[in-house]
Amino acid sequence: MTQLSRETLQEMQLRMLRIRAFDERASKMVKRGHIPGTVHTSIGQEAQVVGATMALGNGDYMSGNHRSHGHPIGKGSPLGPLMAELVGKATGVCKGKGGSLHLADFAVGSLGESGIVGSSIPIATGAALSSKVLGNGKVALAFFGDGAANQGVLYESMNMAGVWKLPIVFLCENNQYALSTPAHTVTSGVIAERAAGFGMPGVRVEEGQDVLAVYDAVSTAVTRARAGEGPTLVEVVTYRYNEHSEGLRLGTDYRDATEREAWLKKDPIVLFREHLATQGFTEEELDGLQATALAEVDEAVAFTDASPYPDRSVAFDDLYTDTEYAA
Amino acid sequence: MTVMSFLGAIGAAQREAMDADERVIIIGEDVEANVYGTTGAGKSRSDKGDFLQMYGKNRIRNTPISEEGIVGAAAGAAMTGLRPIVDLSYSSFLYMAMDQFVNQVAKNRYMFGGQASMPVVFRSAMFYGLNTGAHHSDRPYPMFMNVPGLKIIAPSSPRDAKGLLRSAIDSDDPVLTFEACLLWASKEEVEDEEFWIPLGVARTAREGTDVTIVAISSSVPEAVAAAEILAEEGVSVEVIDPRTLVPLDRDAILRSVAKTGRLVVAEPAHRTCGAAAEISALVAEEAFDSLRAKIVRVTAPDMQIPFSPSLEKQMYPTKDTIAAAVRQVLDLAPALQPAAS
Repeated sequence: MTQLSRETLQEMQLRMLRIRAFDERASKMVKRGHIPGTVHTSIGQEAQVVGATMALGNGDYMSGNHRSHGHPIGKGSPLGPLMAELVGKATGVCKGKGGSLHLADFAVGSLGESGIVGSSIPIATGAALSSKVLGNGKVALAFFGDGAANQGVLYESMNMAGVWKLPIVFLCENNQYALSTPAHTVTSGVIAERAAGFGMPGVRVEEGQDVLAVYDAVSTAVTRARAGEGPTLVEVVTYRYNEHSEGLRLGTDYRDATEREAWLKKDPIVLFREHLATQGFTEEELDGLQATALAEVDEAVAFTDASPYPDRSVAFDDLYTDTEYAA
Repeated sequence: MTVMSFLGAIGAAQREAMDADERVIIIGEDVEANVYGTTGAGKSRSDKGDFLQMYGKNRIRNTPISEEGIVGAAAGAAMTGLRPIVDLSYSSFLYMAMDQFVNQVAKNRYMFGGQASMPVVFRSAMFYGLNTGAHHSDRPYPMFMNVPGLKIIAPSSPRDAKGLLRSAIDSDDPVLTFEACLLWASKEEVEDEEFWIPLGVARTAREGTDVTIVAISSSVPEAVAAAEILAEEGVSVEVIDPRTLVPLDRDAILRSVAKTGRLVVAEPAHRTCGAAAEISALVAEEAFDSLRAKIVRVTAPDMQIPFSPSLEKQMYPTKDTIAAAVRQVLDLAPALQPAAS
């Protein structure tokens, strides 16, 4: 296992706490009508998100999906513009035109989320092609879920990445449910093993609630990609605590109550806190990280509330770079 | 000046763009072998002007037959510093990549509040009129006109093909170019120096005073031929080729109709929600007072394209059907129409 500095370990926990605090607050804000529409939270999946994003370098690219608040946070985005985007304010990271399903923060290499399952995978593949052609040493990572693992475009992308030896990591966040559908009922075989068909390594991280296990697997893949050895498929087994989307009320219990209880006992933030305690972190320090994350979310909400809604004219810009909208 | 074919003009534009900017790459099915004649000078790798020899495999890349993946990857590459030209060969294949065109290529810049720019060109050829059957004969540009965020060109001459393609490659927005195979062999003199034809500027293919024909793609030479027939009958026809469908040169169309007072629109696409429908609506809304007759569209019917040559040739506008439409808006006696119609 990689030896990580004390600062890195602390940053891992802080980023997981940020994601948890951000999404818990977002969930409440949806229910109060403060956030329009709905959101899909990463609560329960923080280890998988942070283990992957922190294995990337600052200049590296990533693409996300509908459950993607955690990805830019994990990559280091400030929380204010992300929260303002969820509410639809002018100061949102996408000026209020994207919303929860379309967060993007190019400043940290976040090339955007996609509300269409699987649709952003070739975007990351193209970013990896760009890196290869330009020779700039950047790596791309495509986040997608177990649902997207059954989209054809994943395999078109893996094939291209394999044959061109592109510097990309295909990161399957297997939270075991596509909305209400258990992955094993619609997925033949093991997702990670599909990599063999494309001549690339396939790694399944069973301990997906362990941020260090994810970090190790993704770091190996990133190193391989940066060395010009091509793509890797990493499947991380994880679990979402909340409903598919906030406010969604399903009429049937598609998830066993005991199953959720068992996963709650493996909470990634609690697990890592216990680990950090064995690494010389004091209780005060660990409590302090939690307080920092909560304070940052409070600040992000205050920033959001103090921000104006966008001018109506904003709906009509940014379609093209040089062509005005003709009414 | 050099006499260039339509295909030769596209090849010349691609070569100039590759020379001018190292960020330009060409990816697509069969581009390495120069199958369609736009990525090399001849059919042999040793021919002078072979793109693979000139630019190498890093910038000239055969792709697998994976349209969705290719289009998405080109979008991702464009968002991160390249300026890809994607050769999708047949325009009927665009449907395989519809999600990427509509949900990623067209929306990303807007959705992300202007963070992305998408400098990418998607070339595809419309093989209609060549007895290739329903799966290879599509003229799908109107569907893409319905997707805000895409720019669309449909050149009808070698010079336009070259100049518009240079502008498309230099555009920071995604451009789809629809090239009619029926025009591939057409030739004209093209200037030797580099030139760019701006997107969104129509060309007056022929000046006239009695009727305006707005014609698209291969209907442009048919409209010009119709104008020549009609000239012998004493009718003066103006032919406008928009060349760019998005953004459309509305002013050029409205100016011409203001002058002639009559409009015929001819295009090879289907009738419902076609470019002709849009242009007709534009004129009806913006130039109603200038109109001295009803607008007439000459289009392909809302029908699939049959294989047999004897069945297919009736499907698209011809000089005769366009001339007949002009006589109709002029309220000329049907006796003037050719017996064939």
